Amino acid sequence: MQKSVLDYLEESAERFPDKIVFADDKNEVTYREFQHQVKAVATGLAKQIPSERNRPVAVLIERKIESLTGFFGIAYSGNFYAPIDYQMPVKRIELMLETLKPVAVLVTASAGTVMDQVAYDGPVLDLQTLQNTSADQDLLDEIARRRIDTDPLYAIFTSGSTGVPKGVLVSHRSVIDLIDNFKEEFGFDDTMVLGNQAPFDFDVSVKDIYSTLKNGGTMYVIPKMMFSMVARLIDYLNEKKINTVIWATSALRIVENLNVFSKKLPEYLKTVMFSGEVMPNKVLNYWRKYLPGVMYVNLYGPTEITCNCTFYKVDRPFADEEALPIGIAFQNTDLVLLDDERKAEAEPGQVGEICIRGSSLALGYYNNEEKTREAFIQNPLNPMYPETIYCTGDLAQYAEDGNLMFVSRKDYQIKHMGHRIELSEIEIAVNALPFVEAACCIYDTGEEKIVLFYQASEKCDRELLKQLGKNLPKYMFPNRMEHFEKLPLNKNAKIDRTWLNENYILK
Amino acid sequence: MKEQLLDILNDLRPDVEFEKEKKLIDDGVLDSFDIVSLVSELNSEFDVEINVMDLEPDNFNTVEAMLELIVKMQEEG
Repeated sequence: MQKSVLDYLEESAERFPDKIVFADDKNEVTYREFQHQVKAVATGLAKQIPSERNRPVAVLIERKIESLTGFFGIAYSGNFYAPIDYQMPVKRIELMLETLKPVAVLVTASAGTVMDQVAYDGPVLDLQTLQNTSADQDLLDEIARRRIDTDPLYAIFTSGSTGVPKGVLVSHRSVIDLIDNFKEEFGFDDTMVLGNQAPFDFDVSVKDIYSTLKNGGTMYVIPKMMFSMVARLIDYLNEKKINTVIWATSALRIVENLNVFSKKLPEYLKTVMFSGEVMPNKVLNYWRKYLPGVMYVNLYGPTEITCNCTFYKVDRPFADEEALPIGIAFQNTDLVLLDDERKAEAEPGQVGEICIRGSSLALGYYNNEEKTREAFIQNPLNPMYPETIYCTGDLAQYAEDGNLMFVSRKDYQIKHMGHRIELSEIEIAVNALPFVEAACCIYDTGEEKIVLFYQASEKCDRELLKQLGKNLPKYMFPNRMEHFEKLPLNKNAKIDRTWLNENYILK
Repeated sequence: MKEQLLDILNDLRPDVEFEKEKKLIDDGVLDSFDIVSLVSELNSEFDVEINVMDLEPDNFNTVEAMLELIVKMQEEG
């Protein structure tokens, strides 16, 4: 019986010891080498934090294999990993560490210097040094004996409406459920050559990493620069013979926006999957026109149900203006549409909130009971025994052909450039600036821009963004800013969002 | 022309000191979304057609390099 995702590595290392498992722009590593390295890291770590179990260990990540040795080393040590991008603003890193209170932070050499500026008392351990530990298999076996499949594997942070990011805690069982489903549904095998686009602190990469390991494939970590200098991207895909990509919708859109395929075509692609935000058929049709033989899959789901809960294999032509279905639920996942009050099922054919049952449910938000209780609730359709469902906050309805169609969000959460963002998190950060008197954000869906309305004694766009950069990652920056000496208020003396929306966005 | 380019860049990313940066691409100061917007702005403002093959770090790492690219394209066009 499979208790952990580590079995994937153990089995594939047995079958394909000398095959490349991961490669980045500088290094590559075989299954056997990787297995040795992560066991060394695990041993080194376990000796530094003896007898800690199921505790958080943060990893300051780069787009390097080394970061992955950190993840697996932590898993073998019986703890769970929390990836944090080393380029995040220091204050945001501190917020995440405050929530986690990790027993250690693992760093690469270049990411390590960041920790000098971060307030953190615990051990900061260098991955390179940990890799030089000699592995103690007896110790790792001892740890493995006590492991159960519902132990946490990772915590991935997502934007929080109170200004504090939430750490979504996911178990081994949930990842096994997901990766088994992917293999079954999409026919993955050991010929898989995967091109990884998603950063490792983004749960899209979970599918890349674990599908590679389960199927005995190879994963190339594509340098980030190639997604702006896209001519090189296609050369890279061809040079590495990449046949599978599981990318953010925004990455596919860049290719269309820059009309990349008019000059160069990928030659080996067989499977293209996308998620993160609604895929416009205009973009998908561009891909389908140039690469008609590829299987395209629309994936839907939030981090809280372990990446994806529904899929749609694109099986018919769509007009540019049509909406693409999010499809049907994966095996071992049940989807219910609940009404506004989350008390009963929505009427057949009506819009309801997508709520999920299944092993894919995250364990909750780490160290945040309040937020966990809001979203992970007792199934209202079953009052007889404890059964948790996750309420996504996404509204959807069934089309006549039985496919689910995404409608909109219930709240102020948005999807922007593939990132999930709570507008109130941006508002909180802007309102905290001393020279800003009041502020609010509205998302311009048509233009795909975050619009900030702020009140200050004088216009100060540049200063505002500079200060914001100390707290927020760049993808949360407003794309358009409107300065007011006095923001309009409604009857309740609140900022009049409706008026702003009508006069600045819809116009 | 340089002023016009700087206006576009400052509008795009008010938080960046463009004249000081020497590795806008290599250091990841400009990301893929910036490049997509920038290319369409440059095409319409300077009446050029920057295509995929011109998207090389050497052409976008500095303000000067971008200027050179635009001039080259205008001469060819």
